[in-house]
Amino acid sequence: MKKIIFGIAFIIFFSFLIVSAINMRTFGEPNYSEMDDYFIENAQSETGANNVVTSVVFDYRGFDTLGEATVLFTAVVGVVALFRGVKK
Amino acid sequence: MKEMSKIVRTVTNFVYGFIIIFGFYIIAHGHLTPGGGFQGGAVVASAFALLLISYGRLITKKFLKKDIMSITESCGLTMFIVVAFLGLGITFFYNFLANTGSWFGNTTVIGINPGDMNTGGVIPLMNIAVGLEVLSALGVIVLIMAGAAEFTKKKENS
Repeated sequence: MKKIIFGIAFIIFFSFLIVSAINMRTFGEPNYSEMDDYFIENAQSETGANNVVTSVVFDYRGFDTLGEATVLFTAVVGVVALFRGVKK
Repeated sequence: MKEMSKIVRTVTNFVYGFIIIFGFYIIAHGHLTPGGGFQGGAVVASAFALLLISYGRLITKKFLKKDIMSITESCGLTMFIVVAFLGLGITFFYNFLANTGSWFGNTTVIGINPGDMNTGGVIPLMNIAVGLEVLSALGVIVLIMAGAAEFTKKKENS
């Protein structure tokens, strides 16, 4: 019984995947490309960096990087707190 | 964690400095080439892990101080937030140094070009801050976990 339910669920899920793979857009032609075009056109003159990815990560989406750095900091705080009783 | 064989230690002596130099190269050139603070910091931290594995914890403790690295980590994160706050005259995370002619402020040549080290405004400073934070964070995690593993092994044996 469990196997039958699992099989039906698997088939339904897999058919969704197949349908969405068939209906996918052609590669390299997204529907909305205004933001990408803006970054490619203006990133060099606005931020002065040649690497557009870095200018997105550290300038346009700076909050995201701030969150990532804070997550790493919190992880270190957790590790230190977990092993604080261990003798050096 | 004991030290490994002589072959591993000799290769570590050769490679260790180069890995650290490569990591700092990736951090410093984050605004020109692929990479940046996170990636370069991870490379430097892998050098720390290599030293720890090949030489054991007792010798590594003389070179890598956990407390100093903990302080550097906090300094990196604080520097990142302070640099972000400095542009607050216009917005948070404003690139106030770009194209001004001062620090990291040379005008960028538009188009495909090899790049100038002295461009990018705030971005190189933030790369350095994040790189400092990531390398010391991963180093602290590796060092503390090595010490804790040794401690638990000793406890199981007794």
